[in-house]
Amino acid sequence: MDLSMKWLKEFVELPDMPIRSFTEAMTMSGSKVESWRKEGDEIQNVVVGKVLSLERHPDSDHMWITMTDVGSGEPLQIITGAQNLKVGDLVPAALHNSCLPGGKKIKKGKLRGLESNGMLCSLSELGLTKHDFPYAIEDGIFVIREDCRPGQPIQEAIGLDDTVVEFEITSNRPDCFSVIGLAREAAATFHKPLKLHTPAVKGGHGSGAEMISVSVEAPDLCPMYSARVVKNVRVKPSPRWLRERLRAMGVRPINNIVDITNYVMLEYGQPMHSFDYRFIQGHKITVRRAKEGEKIMTLDGTPRTLREKNLVIADENRAIAVAGVMGGENSEIVDGTTTIVFESACFKGPSVRTTARDLGMRTDASSLYEKGLDPNNCIPALDRACELVELLDAGDVTDGILEDRHFSPERRRIRFEPDWTNRFLDISLSAEKMKTILSKLDCEFDGDEILVPSFRPDLVHKADIAEEIARFYGYDKIASTALSGGAQGKYTARQKFEKLIGDTMLALGASEIMTYSFISPKYYDKIRMPADSPLRNSIVISNPLGEDTGIMRTTALPSMMEILSRNYNNRNDSACLYELATEYHPTSAEQLPEEKLELICGMYGNGSDFFTAKGMVEDLLEKLNVTEWDISAATEEFAYHPGRCAALSIGGNPLGIIGEIHPKVMENYGMDCRAVSFTLDVDSLFQNAGMDKTYRPLPKFPAVARDLALICEDKTPVMSLEKAIRIGAGSLLERIELFDVYRGEQIEKGRKSVAFRIVLRSPDSTLTEEQITAAMTRAVKELENIGAILRS
Amino acid sequence: MKEQLELLRKKAETELKQAQDRQSLESLRIKYLGKKGELTAILKQMKNLSEQERPVIGQFANELRTLIEKELTDRAKELHEAETALRLKAEEIDITLPGRRHKLGHPHPLNLELNEIKEIFIGMGFDIVSGPEVEFDYYNFEALNIPKDHPARDTQDTFYINDNIVLRTQTSPVQVRTMEKQKPPIRIISPGRVYRSDAVDATHSPLFHQIEGLVVDQGITFANLKGTLETLIRRMYGENSVVRFRPHHFPFTEPSAEVDVQCFHCHGEGCRLCKGEGWIEILGCGMVHPKVLSNCGIDPEEYSGFAFGMGLERLVMRKYKVDDMRLFFENDVRFLNQF
Repeated sequence: MDLSMKWLKEFVELPDMPIRSFTEAMTMSGSKVESWRKEGDEIQNVVVGKVLSLERHPDSDHMWITMTDVGSGEPLQIITGAQNLKVGDLVPAALHNSCLPGGKKIKKGKLRGLESNGMLCSLSELGLTKHDFPYAIEDGIFVIREDCRPGQPIQEAIGLDDTVVEFEITSNRPDCFSVIGLAREAAATFHKPLKLHTPAVKGGHGSGAEMISVSVEAPDLCPMYSARVVKNVRVKPSPRWLRERLRAMGVRPINNIVDITNYVMLEYGQPMHSFDYRFIQGHKITVRRAKEGEKIMTLDGTPRTLREKNLVIADENRAIAVAGVMGGENSEIVDGTTTIVFESACFKGPSVRTTARDLGMRTDASSLYEKGLDPNNCIPALDRACELVELLDAGDVTDGILEDRHFSPERRRIRFEPDWTNRFLDISLSAEKMKTILSKLDCEFDGDEILVPSFRPDLVHKADIAEEIARFYGYDKIASTALSGGAQGKYTARQKFEKLIGDTMLALGASEIMTYSFISPKYYDKIRMPADSPLRNSIVISNPLGEDTGIMRTTALPSMMEILSRNYNNRNDSACLYELATEYHPTSAEQLPEEKLELICGMYGNGSDFFTAKGMVEDLLEKLNVTEWDISAATEEFAYHPGRCAALSIGGNPLGIIGEIHPKVMENYGMDCRAVSFTLDVDSLFQNAGMDKTYRPLPKFPAVARDLALICEDKTPVMSLEKAIRIGAGSLLERIELFDVYRGEQIEKGRKSVAFRIVLRSPDSTLTEEQITAAMTRAVKELENIGAILRS
Repeated sequence: MKEQLELLRKKAETELKQAQDRQSLESLRIKYLGKKGELTAILKQMKNLSEQERPVIGQFANELRTLIEKELTDRAKELHEAETALRLKAEEIDITLPGRRHKLGHPHPLNLELNEIKEIFIGMGFDIVSGPEVEFDYYNFEALNIPKDHPARDTQDTFYINDNIVLRTQTSPVQVRTMEKQKPPIRIISPGRVYRSDAVDATHSPLFHQIEGLVVDQGITFANLKGTLETLIRRMYGENSVVRFRPHHFPFTEPSAEVDVQCFHCHGEGCRLCKGEGWIEILGCGMVHPKVLSNCGIDPEEYSGFAFGMGLERLVMRKYKVDDMRLFFENDVRFLNQF
């Protein structure tokens, strides 16, 4: 909301202060100032000039040499290409080293050999249009017909010296979308009286009631409708003061009738509309719900099809306006209009909002109505419009306001509780001082009750009153007090666990990423998810930004692949990344999905392969104290290499996957390299993590190491050899270290050599040679049972 | 005999001085002091001496033994010193060669900052609570005093799953859920992902993170709100931060405020960083609306509370001078490696 300071000052006498003090005080009392600007601020060193003489330029067929009086000393020679000047004209003269809107700088120079000490300006060069000065022409120098003298700064001469402040108005304060509303706030902020003006209409040009009738058939959507007829309309440009006001507030002046409706809307925050009386068939205005499929051509030239929930203004036969949104072409003011009907009405916010949204046309009026307007404001606004008609001699106002009202004149009551307010805010303000603040906001008192003004729909509860007190008392004057009571904050076991996962992943060299939770359904194809996979059943966003963000992921793998491939395409040699990613698994249509946390890690480059990933998993599981997990080859995981993928499980339940990404998936992501990834289910990890650790005494007796070199089938997994050793060596076994796997020369084809170091120890004694031999013999025997023999 | 010993001393001294390593020292020790050593041999002849001579020679011989032992130790020390010095000289390295590094991962800047903020709140007695991202309309809006036709719904462009389920636009629903199941006193923060249908650009993302907080107890005042948030901001931005609370509007709090911190760059003068305002908006807050309390089954006559919320991305962008929000979700390692 833009506010003209000149207009504001009609209602409040503000103390003399820099604009910054004004904006800061308003901001601190709740009317946040976004920015402010001085009109004509971009213009510098441009003054009124008087053309003293005109002469053809000797070397040009269109330029003129002028001698221009700019109020100081000798007249200046200024060259111009414009053809509309005559001696004696007052014109804007941009002097040497002057600035014009848009950052344009003017310096003296030579034009076709003759010195020009500046430039005479057109409207557009000053950032103006014909709407600002209807008497001026657009293609030529702006010949000023204002009361001014040579040398006067141009801003002053043409009224371009207002200051405009832009406010951010919150949705609870529809009353502040008006000059009067902001004036009330300013008056309360600066402790000055608010000088409201009661419009006076003379009328006396016949009875309006005899010409037209109004009735509301949908009182639930229209609590108030009022109208007044103006005859003998004389359409012409508005006077300069009115045009300046509109311009300052960012509204283009059009003609007196349109300008009046805009002026009233800005001043009172009440949208106005005007109909051509001739086109209101039957001379009856009805406010009713539209008929399903009813058509209307709105003022913007667009045909609209209405639904029953839309509210319309209708005459006897048809809709003539979409209520609160836009008028219809069929009743528009046109050349030749002589009698008009001014409408000032109140429509319910939600209804206007729905209609504007459904029809895709938000207008100044609809956005005001949406916020919920005060039905009591209709009549003063209508009076003001008619007063302006008379003031501007724009027509003859008839007697009598036509109205149909459906709202209670009762004001809302809130108990006045100064003690509670003091406690709640932790201040100590007397009841009297609170009353003073509230009175400035037009609250009245009846015993211990506050009567809330009808334009403040936001004041409902005593907490709302507390806010009014607080903001005029000053938020900055309220103390800052620490919370009392010794509350203890802590991380839950689960939060600590997730943090431990993250810290461990970082220590293992993986960097953390954050990805979008929504993906495209096509991403499932990219990771080769079968068409019938239950993972394709995803939560669908009904109004997504685009297809790429249309569904909630059931797996984090596409997000990881997306990031790996982006890094690959950005020519990063390697990446090792992880995310604690949420996956969303639908339950039933009316219920929320299950949100599961998954640890996903992906990497490429830097020599990383399956065993890099597996090593990280092993380190992580050790750190998390997750033991007793199993691993088995997984050949059916669609996204992974069938020969390089493992499924992890614990207690028979799946725990995660480790695998090299399937070459076709790599192709789908445009990556010409290998990548590996692992995923672990965080819930399972958490359930199976041993949180408690117990100290085991350090061994008192020495350990003995024996090396075993074995020959076995190439396909025999090393894990089964280890298992055999473990069974054989029994309780003396401390650990097994694999130190060599060899295929090739000296080894039969189809077989491999595997070498282990086996470490034995007893907690009770130094091992004897007999004990060692017995354990090793048993281990060798177990190995033989699975076809592994000692390498001779 | 005395002459023999004197001779021996001279010989031993000379030889010891010439010894160049530990081995030759050891053989000298054996040569003189060993069981079959030269000094031992002489001492063995002591029994042939007269009563008068024996103590004199004995003392002389012992002195000589002590002397040789001392010489041996000293020479060993000398040799060790020399060896060490030699080794140290030989082992000199170019310390400017690069270190052998174990590559550490880098935390995401958003979580880096979030963890710091969590620590601040834990220190102030807050717990950390999370809740669903796909949420019922009721918890995201209605319970928070934002009914279906409320204009505030327009400003929060919501992703809908169906009429009753949305992607949460704020983490406030977590507060509602907490109030429903926990009796005051309540002191929580709820950080997490939130969703609004803003197209992606340098300062907008359809997914971003919020940190919201809630305190409910008997006798909680607006002064408590100010005190708590001022502490937060001082911990985040330093003890000298200048903070201001200015009135604002949120449907779920009353009175409401926005909190600004004085621009670190221009100290309130107005500059490009703060868009000329001199202040930078940090968070929104207010006293919990009585209607919200009663919606959650808490009696607003008995209890009061305050709530606040801030956006994590903007905070991190300011802190690390990141000028494009997209970088957070692109996850280029050249970006991540900087944190």
